[in-house]
Amino acid sequence: MTATVNTAAALALGDDALVLSHRLGEWAGHAPVLEEEVALANIALDLLGQARVLLSLVGDEDELAYLREERAFRNVQLVEQPNGDFAHTIARQLYFSTYQRLLYGRLAAAGEVGDLAGLAAKAVKEVAYHQDHAEQWTLRLGDGTPESHERMLRACTALWRFTGELFQPVDGLDVDWRELESDWLASVTAVLERATLPVPDGPRTGAWSAGAGRQGLHTESFGRMLAEMQHLHRSHPGASW
Amino acid sequence: MTTIAPEDTGQEALFDATIAADERIEPRDWMPDDYRASLVRQIAQHAHSEIIGMQPEANWITRAPSLRRKAILMAKVQDEAGHGLYLYSAAETLGTGRDELLDKLHTGRQKYSSIFNYPTLTWADVGAIGWLVDGAAITNQVPLCRCSYGPYARAMVRICKEESFHQRQGYELLLTLSRGTETQHAMAQDAIDRWWWPSLMMFGPPDDESAHSAQSMAWKIKRHSNDELRQRFVDICVPQAETLGLTLPDPDLRWNEERGHWDFGPIDWTEFREVLKGNGPCNDERIGRRRRAHQEGAWVREAAAAHAAKHPAHPPHAGTDQEEAAR
Repeated sequence: MTATVNTAAALALGDDALVLSHRLGEWAGHAPVLEEEVALANIALDLLGQARVLLSLVGDEDELAYLREERAFRNVQLVEQPNGDFAHTIARQLYFSTYQRLLYGRLAAAGEVGDLAGLAAKAVKEVAYHQDHAEQWTLRLGDGTPESHERMLRACTALWRFTGELFQPVDGLDVDWRELESDWLASVTAVLERATLPVPDGPRTGAWSAGAGRQGLHTESFGRMLAEMQHLHRSHPGASW
Repeated sequence: MTTIAPEDTGQEALFDATIAADERIEPRDWMPDDYRASLVRQIAQHAHSEIIGMQPEANWITRAPSLRRKAILMAKVQDEAGHGLYLYSAAETLGTGRDELLDKLHTGRQKYSSIFNYPTLTWADVGAIGWLVDGAAITNQVPLCRCSYGPYARAMVRICKEESFHQRQGYELLLTLSRGTETQHAMAQDAIDRWWWPSLMMFGPPDDESAHSAQSMAWKIKRHSNDELRQRFVDICVPQAETLGLTLPDPDLRWNEERGHWDFGPIDWTEFREVLKGNGPCNDERIGRRRRAHQEGAWVREAAAAHAAKHPAHPPHAGTDQEEAAR
């Protein structure tokens, strides 16, 4: 059994989950139907749970979440994108949860990466639910009314450029990234087609270049998100909560 | 369907006997129109309170100071949405749809608890809401687990379990602050100072001014008077505040040996009435945000309905009208 946890890998995956969870938390009280208040909070909670396990493998979860600055976060830029309308949130969720499901599925199957395998085995069940939720809504919105179709199309297109980054190799994760990417493309394509939506064809390099988020280069809204997230913790150095 | 006058069938007598025997009225049972209307009003307003009540707490989700607290708060707000759903379902068993009830909330024709018109200004307010507001809600709601209307009583059993959990978490949050730094302690005390009186108002007007009380008690929807429950709550809170190391903002608070209860000072009923009339600190924001969420979500609900119409989840029921007729 490999006992050492690769810090870079745990940090990258932990930051993804932490940041997306935060964005979903912003929906509380704003969802289009009560059932979605429950569903979005549920997904946010699963992700926060994953983030806490992953960050704790690296160090103190609160120090890592609340005392790092923007340039030290290792999440992909996709997860930090603002919620936008419900279609944007769903498109972001479809792209990301499909990625997480495929990645955690592989990590869980690989078995021998120590602590990460344990997390992956638990998380893969959660992200399968997230992926299903995103898929169902993509179908409803894409193949719903002309307005919802238009909004879903806009969202899928707008976020497309951030998807290339998902497949930049992460240090310490022994994964066939090319195969992961082609599986991801196949899965997302199938859902979009069923939803009567075209597969976007723009570049997938993200802001800066693909992989920038993993190196701490983020988009502008991220700093503001962190300012809100961290301000109370930072205002009381050393306090317990 | 024909409506049969109760006197023809003895249904009213059966209803009265069921209430007298402390048994439950169920959705298909005959019930007086006023009983039905009174329950719809109470259950709907209870559901609305859960939904509006998400806002003051959700206000702090993105700023929660630790990941553990953030998880607890998110789970709590999620539970509240779930409680709203149970309660709307309970109200629907009485024949009024959720859409209609939400519409009444959005247009101000139905109310929600006055407490949620107060702002959450610091993190400690999240703890004060848990300890005091949920505490008051539990004091009010535990007797409703024995309410005469079955679906409401059963919803309350489940809700009360979760509420007690939230209340303990709020108490623990305040305890941590109270024993933390001087600034944290002061933050906790300030929150209690602001939430104490509004929490006492949650039990409603004094008994001699409570419009619905007598009838609700006769029907066993309510089991105790507003003032009785308020007194019970004060008696529970005083020793808890002491353990917390925090004070309650009432100079008249003292133990009354003769009554075996804590005496407390007068409540500002003018403030209560103003808040109920819509003039509290956050009435406009709360209802405005709820309306906005609903309006901005309209296209999503329309999409879901259009999709469902295009792709029925199950094949239509085999026995169509024509087939029935042909048989």
